[in-house]
Amino acid sequence: MSNNKDVIVRLIDVEKEFDGVKVVKKLNLEVREGEFLTLLGPSGCGKTTTLRMIAGFSHATSGEIELEGKNVADLKPNERDVNTVFQNYALFPHMNVEDNIAFGLVEKRVPKAEIKERVAEMIKLVQLEGMEKRKPAQMSGGQKQRVAIARALINRPKVLLLDEPLGALDLKLRKQMQLELKHLQQKLGITFIYVTHDQEEALTMSDRIAVMNDGVMEQIGTPDEVYNHPKTKFVASFVGESNILESYVEAVRGDLLRISLEAGKAVLHAPGFKKEEMIYICVRPENLQLSQTPIEHFSIRGRIIEHIFAGSVIKTVVELINGQRLRVARHPGEEELEVGTYVYVFWNPKKAIIVHTVEEQIYNIIEQNSNRMYKEFVEKYSATTEEV
Amino acid sequence: MRNRLRSSMAPITMIGPTTLWLILFLMIPLALVIGISFLTRNGFGGVLMIPSIDAYKELVSTEYLKVFASSFQLAFLTTIICLVVGYPFAYIIANSSERVKPFLVLLLMLPFWINSMIRIYGWNTILRSSGMVNNALISLGIIKFPLELLYTDGAVLLGMVYDLLPFTVLPIYTSIEKLDPSLLEAASDLGAGKVHKFVRVILPLTMPGVFAGSIQTFIPSLGLFYIADMMGGAKTMYIGNLIKNQFMSARNWPMGAALAIVLIAVTLVLMKLYTRVGSLDDMV
Repeated sequence: MSNNKDVIVRLIDVEKEFDGVKVVKKLNLEVREGEFLTLLGPSGCGKTTTLRMIAGFSHATSGEIELEGKNVADLKPNERDVNTVFQNYALFPHMNVEDNIAFGLVEKRVPKAEIKERVAEMIKLVQLEGMEKRKPAQMSGGQKQRVAIARALINRPKVLLLDEPLGALDLKLRKQMQLELKHLQQKLGITFIYVTHDQEEALTMSDRIAVMNDGVMEQIGTPDEVYNHPKTKFVASFVGESNILESYVEAVRGDLLRISLEAGKAVLHAPGFKKEEMIYICVRPENLQLSQTPIEHFSIRGRIIEHIFAGSVIKTVVELINGQRLRVARHPGEEELEVGTYVYVFWNPKKAIIVHTVEEQIYNIIEQNSNRMYKEFVEKYSATTEEV
Repeated sequence: MRNRLRSSMAPITMIGPTTLWLILFLMIPLALVIGISFLTRNGFGGVLMIPSIDAYKELVSTEYLKVFASSFQLAFLTTIICLVVGYPFAYIIANSSERVKPFLVLLLMLPFWINSMIRIYGWNTILRSSGMVNNALISLGIIKFPLELLYTDGAVLLGMVYDLLPFTVLPIYTSIEKLDPSLLEAASDLGAGKVHKFVRVILPLTMPGVFAGSIQTFIPSLGLFYIADMMGGAKTMYIGNLIKNQFMSARNWPMGAALAIVLIAVTLVLMKLYTRVGSLDDMV
C-alpha cells in the first residue's frame, strides 16, 4: 500500500489561455494521495479552470498534468481515473436515481448483479434509501447533490473533483453537507480536490488549502497556516476578516519592531526585519483592542463610527485619522463605547502578522502623510472638545 | 360601475375577434364539410339535400383503402427520410460556432418565405427530361438519352422530403440546443465514449424534439396534394389528390367530404398523441 505522502496529482508550470488572456499562470501544485485539498479564490481566479484541466474537459495551453505519475495530456475525460461532481449536479434528467448512479459502471461493463449491489451500497452511503426510482426533477437540491456525489464515487476514482458542489444549497444544509462530505472523504480515503469561493467552507473541510488569485496560486498550506500565517496581502484579506495596515519599520530591538503607520505608531513581534523596511501588517478583528486611555508604545487613534451586532460578537468599526476603517470584534461584556468616542487602537505585539514586504522604501512619504494627518486630527479633536 | 362594466367587457373584446375568426373560417366550413359528407351526390356538381351515408359505405372499399395505404406509406417514408437526414443536419447546426449558427438557421428558414408550390415547380425544371440534371449528364457523356426522373414515385418522395425537411429539423435543433453541455461532460466524465454519449444521453434527451419533428412532418405529408400532382404526374393516387379530385373532377362532393373528415380524424388522433408526449417532456 502507498503511504499518505504519495503525490497523486501533479501540475507542472500549467498555464491556460482563453483568447489570449491567461487565466491560469505557471501553476505548480502537488496533491497528495488521500488528502482533501481545496482550491480557494474569488470568481475568475482560475480555480474552476484548473479543476476542468485535471478532469480533461479543458486542455492546458502549456505545462504538464500528471495523474499517478503519468502525463495525461492525451487522455480524454472518459479515459482518466477521476470523476467530477458538477456545480449544477448535471444529473441525467431521463434516468432515475439508480440509473444515474449506475451510469459509470454500465460504461465499464461491470456485471449486472455487481452493479445492483454497488448501487444499493452507494444509495445507503449517501442516505437516499427509498428514492431509487425517483427522477431528478422530483428531488430537492440537497438530494440531487447526494445523487451526484454517489454517481461519481461509485466508480471508485483515484481523485474526486468537486466544483462548488454546495453552492446552490441554503446555509443550514450547506453546513450539514460540508461535514458529511468531510466524513465521507475520511471514510473512503479518496483524494478530494474541492473548488470553492467560500473561505469558511475551505477552512472547515480541507486538509490543505491552495489560495488562488488572478490565475496565480498565492499560498498553499493547512487551514491553520493559511489563516494564522497568511503569506500575502491577498490571502490575509480573502481568508477570514482582517485589517491590513501599511507601515514601515522605524526601529528594531531584537525581535521587537517599532513601526510607523499613517495613523500612528505601534510595536509588533517579528524576527528578521531591517530598519526602514516597508511592511504590510495584518491584524484579525478578534486581535484588535480598544482603549480610551493611552497604551504604551501604541499611538494609533481613531473614532468609533458604527457597531454591528453579529450574534456572539459586536463588530465595531473604527475610523483612523487617515480615513482607514478597521473592524474590531468585541464581546458584549466589554466596556461600552459609544459611537463618536475617540479611542486608541492596540494589539498584542505577537498577534500581528507581517504579510508582505515592499521593496521600495517610500516610508518618508508615509511619514509626511502621517504627520499632516495627525495635525489635522488634533485640530479637529480640539475643536470638538471646545464645543463640548 | 364603469370599471365593472369595462372589466366584464374586457374578455369579450379580447377573445371576440379570435372567436369570430374561428367560427367564420373553421367551424362553419367544418360543419359544411361534415354536412355535405352525409348528403347525396349530384352528378353535375354540388349535392342533393337527401341524407345518405353512401359516401362512408363506399369509403371502406378496397380501392379507397389502397389509397389510404399508399398515402400512409408515403407519409411514413417521408418522415423516416426527413428524420435520418434532419437529425444530423440539426446536430451540425446546433453544434456549429456561434458565428456560423445564425446563418445556418437563416438558410433553414429561407424556404418558408417562398411559396411552396413555386419551389416545387423549381424541382420540375431540374428533373424534367430537358432539365438541368439530364442536360448535365448528357453533356458529360454519361448517358445518351434523358432519364425519367420526374413523374415517378421517387420524385414525389423527393419533393415531400424537400418540402417538409425544415419542419423536422427545427424541433430537433431546438431540443439539441437546449441540452445542458454539463450533461455531456458528465457522461464523458463517467466513462462514456462518443457513441455511448450519443445513444445514452443525447438521443434520449432529444426524443421529444424527434417526436415533434415526426408529427410535424407526418401530418402535412398526409394531406399535401400538389407535390404528387406536380412531380408524380398523378400516377399514384394519395388522399390529398383523391379529395381534390372528388370535388374538382369526379364531382362526388359527399365522397370528398367524407375523405376529408377521415383525414381530419386521423390528424386529431396524431395531435393528441403529440400533446401527450409534449407533456411527458416536462417530466423529463
